[in-house]
Amino acid sequence: MENTLTKNKKAGYWRGYWSRHWSLYAMLLLPVVFIFIFRYVPMVHLYRGFAVNNTIAPLRDLEFVGLDNFRNAFTNQIFINAIRNTLLFSALDLLLGFPAPIILALLLNELKFERFKKITQSISYVPNFISWVIVGGLATTLFSTHIGAVNGFIESWGFEAIPFLEREGHWIISNVLISIWRGVGWSSIIYLAAITNISPELYEAAEIDGASRLRKMWHITLPGIRPVIATLFTLALGGIMAAELDRFVALENSFVRGVSEVIPIFVWRWGLQANQFALATVIGIFQGIIGMIMLLSGNWFVKKMGGAGFW
Amino acid sequence: MEKTKRKKHYKKRITFGDVVIIAVMLILAALCVLPLLNVIATSLSSPGAIMRREITIFPVEFHTGAYADILGDARFLRSMVWTAILTVIVVVVNLVMTVLAAYPLTYSSLKGRKYIMIYFIFTMMFGAGLIPGFILNRDLGLLNNPLVLIIPGSLSIFNLIIMRNFFMGIPESLKESAEIDGASPMTILFKIFVPLSLPSFATIGLWVAVGRWNGFQDALFFLPAASEYHPIQLLLWNILQQNTTVDVADPGGLSAMPVGWGRVVENASIVVAMIPILCVYPFIQKYFVKGATLGAVKG
Repeated sequence: MENTLTKNKKAGYWRGYWSRHWSLYAMLLLPVVFIFIFRYVPMVHLYRGFAVNNTIAPLRDLEFVGLDNFRNAFTNQIFINAIRNTLLFSALDLLLGFPAPIILALLLNELKFERFKKITQSISYVPNFISWVIVGGLATTLFSTHIGAVNGFIESWGFEAIPFLEREGHWIISNVLISIWRGVGWSSIIYLAAITNISPELYEAAEIDGASRLRKMWHITLPGIRPVIATLFTLALGGIMAAELDRFVALENSFVRGVSEVIPIFVWRWGLQANQFALATVIGIFQGIIGMIMLLSGNWFVKKMGGAGFW
Repeated sequence: MEKTKRKKHYKKRITFGDVVIIAVMLILAALCVLPLLNVIATSLSSPGAIMRREITIFPVEFHTGAYADILGDARFLRSMVWTAILTVIVVVVNLVMTVLAAYPLTYSSLKGRKYIMIYFIFTMMFGAGLIPGFILNRDLGLLNNPLVLIIPGSLSIFNLIIMRNFFMGIPESLKESAEIDGASPMTILFKIFVPLSLPSFATIGLWVAVGRWNGFQDALFFLPAASEYHPIQLLLWNILQQNTTVDVADPGGLSAMPVGWGRVVENASIVVAMIPILCVYPFIQKYFVKGATLGAVKG
């Protein structure tokens, strides 16, 4: 008898739970199904990386070839170039692009005039809202050798025009600097927000001790935002094998194909347009796995260093 | 309150360091503004002045012929209008999907909540990539179908996390007292959460809008044979890559125009495509900034 009582109680609990929560599950249904179809179902097609290249045939008709595509990929010079170019730009972005917003935030924080600071900030965000296609157009208008205003300036001063966009080495630097130009203001927001959370008492104490401005930056502000820096650095590491297609598509030109072809462009140009589905899937798998490893190890490292980590 | 506290510890005396910082900031602001002024000036100058590279931030031999050409090009105008309509649709669809996913996940009593979160977040860390996505879209009949610009991107997990954080910031007591009054989750959503979350809707909605207005990848991949549905950025890219040209008003076409005329038209089309963003930017800036800090701190 006792047993039926608890059973009834349990059944009652579930009935109550369900009557209170069914609408929540109903709401979740659409997003869950959507994510299943558009994010999980495509993973089935990763099998194409292990099968004979065929753009039309359904999966079950594809002949399994094991790791042949991977072997072909790593002897393919264009594939290797794409990986090399991606790593090159990721390294430069980490080296130059990552510290830039931190430095900007430190400088903005030192500005004494609130109004001036606000206006500078607002202006510095603008490039982030300009699409890469337009940034590419701006770059040509400003920096091309033949019509660029900057080169017009340089030549009017009696120097030789600089092929900012037409020579591979120059283009790499231009690309990285343009990317910093576009993102530095926007990326500084998060560091500034972190800086305002640092207790003012720390600065007051340091001032009593006679600390200079640089010393305060180094010993109070930077350590204060270290967790944020660590988190964003981990995210940046996770994206080391990724590149923004828009950026490279918008800035590239026929003179610099050797260095502008990063992984997403390779996938688009050689995978989609030249029908090399198997090869492009292989590079996708490779990219995804490296990205995950970098993210997980970065997270492990941040935690080890006493940071918060993501999970 | 915090502001007054912060101000106190700075002495008001201007030092050499201040001058250096102000100078650096002025240079930075100029670097952000000058390219835009240059492109506007170029679009209003004569082709000859461009070839002679005389243009700085003021038009040389001022004329507005390039704009007349663009506004006379039916394809360009149609693309602008289509992108605007598309942007509105995408924003609405995204907001609905984001709320549908985020709201139930704020209920700590919801069984399986943790697993549903993992199910969503995993797709942020690992994606199948372009080719599998392409095959899926092909199988679903989305290739060269304008719906491909709306459906595959209708839910961003990043926005889901931000929205959920916004919702979690609403005091639990409001929800509890409504529950005691017998309100269903649906009623609570529409009577309490939606009215209190309008700023967050603005933030996420504007974010999605800018992304759609500036985006062109999906059209590049999935609409190869449907150029009538190309959003403005893809059309602009094709113009800048000289894959296609704007119809010039002159009956002889571009070849009959002076050398460099194509350049003027290119710059004018850049300006036209940029204008909507630059016009709304001052009004919506604060929403973006709010979203940027929220998403990054907790996401």
